[in-house]
Amino acid sequence: MIRTIARKEFRSLFAAPSTWLMLAVMQFLFAWFYFGRMDDYLQVQAQLAQLDNAPGATISVAAPLCSVLALMLMMLIPLFTMRLIAEERRNQTWVLLLTAPVTATQIVLGKFLGLLLLLVFIVAGCAAMLSTLLLGTHADIGLMLSNLLGVLLLAASYAALGLYFSALNKQPIIAAISSLGMSFGLWLLELSASDNRSFLRAISPNAHFQNLNMGLVNSADLIYFALVIATLLWLTVRQLNDERRHTA
Amino acid sequence: MSLPLTLSAHDLTCRRDNRLVVDGVSLELRRGEVLGLLGHNGAGKSTTLQMLTGALPPHGGKIEICEYDLQLQPQQAKACIGFLPEHPPLYRDMPVDGFLRFAARLHRVPAARLADALALAKQRCGLQDYGKKIIGTLSKGFQQRVGIAQAIIHNPAVVVLDEPTVGLDPAQIRDIRNLIRELGDSSSVILSTHLLNEAESLCDRVIILQKGRLIYSGSSAEMTADGNMEEAFLQITRNEAASA
Repeated sequence: MIRTIARKEFRSLFAAPSTWLMLAVMQFLFAWFYFGRMDDYLQVQAQLAQLDNAPGATISVAAPLCSVLALMLMMLIPLFTMRLIAEERRNQTWVLLLTAPVTATQIVLGKFLGLLLLLVFIVAGCAAMLSTLLLGTHADIGLMLSNLLGVLLLAASYAALGLYFSALNKQPIIAAISSLGMSFGLWLLELSASDNRSFLRAISPNAHFQNLNMGLVNSADLIYFALVIATLLWLTVRQLNDERRHTA
Repeated sequence: MSLPLTLSAHDLTCRRDNRLVVDGVSLELRRGEVLGLLGHNGAGKSTTLQMLTGALPPHGGKIEICEYDLQLQPQQAKACIGFLPEHPPLYRDMPVDGFLRFAARLHRVPAARLADALALAKQRCGLQDYGKKIIGTLSKGFQQRVGIAQAIIHNPAVVVLDEPTVGLDPAQIRDIRNLIRELGDSSSVILSTHLLNEAESLCDRVIILQKGRLIYSGSSAEMTADGNMEEAFLQITRNEAASA
């Protein structure tokens, strides 16, 4: 049942012209930043070559690009998640799921996995672009993979957050703005943290992404993302179950 | 011997803004029976149907579908029911076949039976030539047919139709009524309608709701014994309003 809902969500997201437009704009911006970053790197490459332990192309080009990708996804994901539940309520198609023999957990996991599949597709597109680095240099594959893993985990967290706000609201645009505001707030938490051991840094997903961005695959960061995703999905299931029991 | 019960609801209540919109409604439905739900606008017909199908949890009362308690065994109970709400729940960007396949999978139609179920639902609703059409491009009548097809694709024991012929042209109304008669042979049907001639021609039994309360329950034949259904309906609702 989860697979049925996930497949339908993935197809619906893919069938929407707005998805293609967003993907095209995103790829264009990503390519723009890629060329800009590459140009900067080529200009200072001669000076870098004289340094001991000079930073390579991967840390100078790929890692900053993944940070940009994470920021773009933070802004893009609420536009996808608002469709998942809030728009179904507005379009009165939600009743189809409510009256079908499916549990709230199956609905939430199906919708989350359907969106995650689309996000994997987006990240894979950007990874394909980054892999062109391999044509001209000995890229650090490990660093690239840790960055892509970080982007994917961060995107999955934003997707779970957006899904929760989509379940809370009946108006899709309110769901999108709430989710974007919350994601932005969490991002600002990391910026406002006074030191590396601050509590604010510990709860900001961006801070945990930065470790992966530097190539540091730390079990604490992976557990953090797993906990954030699981908690938000659980809250979404709870919200839907509460509505079904009239306690909302 | 009476036919087995497919649906029973006991003492259903629903509140909105601290106002009772459904107040102690009880009803029963047997296999092969077509039950008409009548009432003026705002009588609580759609709310009652939403509660019967699990779309809206009741504030009180108990619903059993094919002997499964809707609150305690919702998955088993919902598998026995097909619902066409007032606004058909259609994904307008999907093709008819894709949407009906999704509806069938949601209602646990086995993969091996999916193609047959799809072909039968389309044939019953006159959608054979519209499988590849995008739902949003269809006329209102055909969208209504797709809505009915999603409600019957899993061959449910109980089919609940909320004003299925509203907004359709006469030919489409005739087709849908024929389909409801056909459904009444194999399943139990609950039909909410404003059209009293429709209830008269299709329903074995009727119940009338007024201000959320059940004010009449009886066979269509009993109701029309002294004239036509319209007169009987107006008489019953007037008497109830006068005594309230």
